[in-house]
Amino acid sequence: MTPTDNETGRDTGPDTGPETTIQGEYDVDTIHVAPAIELRGISKAFGPVQANKDISIHVAKGTIHGIIGENGAGKSTLMSILYGFYKADAGEILISGKPVTIPDSQAAIAAGIGMVFQHFKLVENFSVLENVVLGAESGALLAPSLSKARRELTSLAKEYELNIDPDALIQDIGVGMQQRVEILKALYRRADILILDEPTGVLTPSEADQLFRILRRLKEEGKTIILITHKLREIMETTDTVSVMRRGEMTATVKTAETSPEELAELMVGRKVLLRVDKTPAKPGPTVLEVRDLNVTDAQGVQRVKGISFDIHAGEVLGIAGVAGNGQSELLEVLGGYETATGTVTVNGEQIDLTGAKSDARSRRERGIAHVPEDRQREGLIMDFHAWENAAFGYHHDEAYRSGLLMNNKAIWQDTEGKMERFDVRPPDPRLAAKNFSGGNQQKIVLAREIERNPELLLIGQPTRGVDIGAIEFIHQQIIALRDQGKAILLVSVELEEILALSDRIAVMFDGQIMGERMASETDERELGLLMAGVTDEKGAA
Amino acid sequence: MDFLTLIQVLDSTIRLALPLLLACLAGLFSERAGIFDIGLEGKMLFAAFFSAAVAAMTGSVWLGLLAGIAASMVLSGIHGLASITFRGNQLISGVAINFLAAGLTVLIAQDWFQQGGRTPSLMGAGRFNPVTLPGALTKTVEIKEASAPMQLYSELLSGHSILVYLGLLCVPLTWWVLFRTRFGLRLRAVGENPAAVDTAGISVVRLRFAAVAICGLLCGIAGAYLSTALQAGFVKDMSAGRGFIALAALIFAKWRPWHALYACLLFGFLQALALRPDLITNLTGMTVQVQLLDALPYILTVVILAGFVGKAIPPRAGGEPYVKER
Repeated sequence: MTPTDNETGRDTGPDTGPETTIQGEYDVDTIHVAPAIELRGISKAFGPVQANKDISIHVAKGTIHGIIGENGAGKSTLMSILYGFYKADAGEILISGKPVTIPDSQAAIAAGIGMVFQHFKLVENFSVLENVVLGAESGALLAPSLSKARRELTSLAKEYELNIDPDALIQDIGVGMQQRVEILKALYRRADILILDEPTGVLTPSEADQLFRILRRLKEEGKTIILITHKLREIMETTDTVSVMRRGEMTATVKTAETSPEELAELMVGRKVLLRVDKTPAKPGPTVLEVRDLNVTDAQGVQRVKGISFDIHAGEVLGIAGVAGNGQSELLEVLGGYETATGTVTVNGEQIDLTGAKSDARSRRERGIAHVPEDRQREGLIMDFHAWENAAFGYHHDEAYRSGLLMNNKAIWQDTEGKMERFDVRPPDPRLAAKNFSGGNQQKIVLAREIERNPELLLIGQPTRGVDIGAIEFIHQQIIALRDQGKAILLVSVELEEILALSDRIAVMFDGQIMGERMASETDERELGLLMAGVTDEKGAA
Repeated sequence: MDFLTLIQVLDSTIRLALPLLLACLAGLFSERAGIFDIGLEGKMLFAAFFSAAVAAMTGSVWLGLLAGIAASMVLSGIHGLASITFRGNQLISGVAINFLAAGLTVLIAQDWFQQGGRTPSLMGAGRFNPVTLPGALTKTVEIKEASAPMQLYSELLSGHSILVYLGLLCVPLTWWVLFRTRFGLRLRAVGENPAAVDTAGISVVRLRFAAVAICGLLCGIAGAYLSTALQAGFVKDMSAGRGFIALAALIFAKWRPWHALYACLLFGFLQALALRPDLITNLTGMTVQVQLLDALPYILTVVILAGFVGKAIPPRAGGEPYVKER
């Protein structure tokens, strides 16, 4: 197809089929040339699972195109097909109007596609420069390649405002910078189309804003960007058009300006979703958890938690916000009973052991502390074990689960069936291995196990990581319901939106310290974002 | 201990360190690419037998060397097939190779030569003989009389087999390949994060096979050296744990070529000391049991493997088969 810049093209429709409708429907003025990427009827099945069903998509040059959908909706599969990881069972890929086949990543790179993966593909102990050059060397000897790349990086830095120290080691720079390296890698390979998969998962709000500035800049320079995310806010703020995927199908493609988060959520889930958590103001009771001067030093001798103190009252959710790796995980581990610490922690006025035999998870459970760990697949569940076995872990000493010396499997089984029903676990089959449930249903199993013990204090880390929107809604309701029963809840999440939605009070952790504490009703993302970035709290740390 | 004795001990050090060094560099290539290889021992043994056997049959040590390298590379191929292609457990594959080599060598030796699992003694062109560097003295009497620098030159530097010089050259060569070439960059990357290599459009499988092949090549030379240069013929289990000592040296060296040389020289020195128990007695006035001296390198190995020598971080993707994700 030849590029055409006449306006009438939109009315009469250009000569290629699917574009006609899209251009006609969406009236995008920028489309005068062949789309950067066009997919026609892409299908891909893994065994009986149809990951992608007849997907057609049309991404205009020089735009930011969002792809949104729940986990398992097929977004990643689709992008993997574009990047040559999988071969589509059927369908066509057109780049700038020309049909291409992408059998491997090399071909994708050659076609001008650059990919920034959710988990960065960087060599940790290599320098920025070496990572950029890897796979795109100009000859058998390194020195010329490296000096060429150094020159190129300088000019890219100027062109796109992507400054970076080329000699820094990846392991020494922050995730925001690492992501920048991934973008530079793609640009160095002359990518015109940049695909970013869940790029903000690991970033602070200000880092995310910076990323979006970079993306807009890239767009101005004529690059095409595909942004895959499940965060509605990002889609609304940055994209020009957005495609929604559900259960392997493309359910809609709309102009961002003409849609709303509510509409997108409905398109994603297939029914109306409550995006806001409905809750009444908290009625805090007496203090349940009292933490004073808590210090945690890890096995490498690094101090992870530095003398923090806080309280949680009955009937209250305290949210701990912060970028991952600032001591929140260690805090949960100490309170959950599998990390030692110094300091004082009391539950309902009674001190709990932070070291020694009585500092283990079982003792904690006996003291009424339930724990939904951050990494449910490694700490919350045994993935190869059945749901009914997982539903009893940690409480398998319980009288109700025992008959004499033996486990009373029948009782556990029945209890699991009840839990699965009450927590809407799908499929409700206790015999299914944990790994065969979706992320949201795995989390529901853990949640059911911990919440139904009626704990005094619930520790919950990343409650909705890798959980789809429908299940998020349910999990959030359960947490609030527990609060309303007068229980204390410690919520750790890297999702600021989640913290703001659920918490009554919010403490922000940075570098093992609490940078500040705010009432949820009196703060916003901007203020919390500053605290998360370590900007000192002028009101003084709590 | 006089100067000449010291030089003699150092001379033995070099001779004994060499097979360790070659095996250590072999392991370095393999492990830097993310393939753990505890089959160094077996490959050396296999190569030792086949070089001695072929050298004995043909009378040419060079054909023997080639046969040794080929034999070692066959085992490397098996290891590669098991751990790269079929994504098996690298330790188990390595153990299997060690057993295979220990058994097969003796079995074939008995079948071919009927000398109780040995090969016939190698003579003349069937061995790698010492190379005398230009101007070096060869007669013991003359060396004794010579000046110190001449003693150093004639005794320590001259008079090794060609494989020793080749092996020592491998150290800078390995360093250069690893840190100055595109292949080296990719090799190191694939041992740290194969996904980074894969998404850059480079074949992880091909890179790892290349590394394993180099490992086989170097192990082959090491084995050939054992049976055709250090000794004159193959005997059962003649590698005597050198493959494992080389692994310890590799950890000690933290997977760096020059440090590998130093580590192997240290082990070689301990082995050389064990050959001269009289020296210890003379120096310290105490009689140290020979068995204790013999055990020293192995004791050091255990100490190193137990992690007493600083923190050694192996290549991050080491030991794990690469499975494409997403």
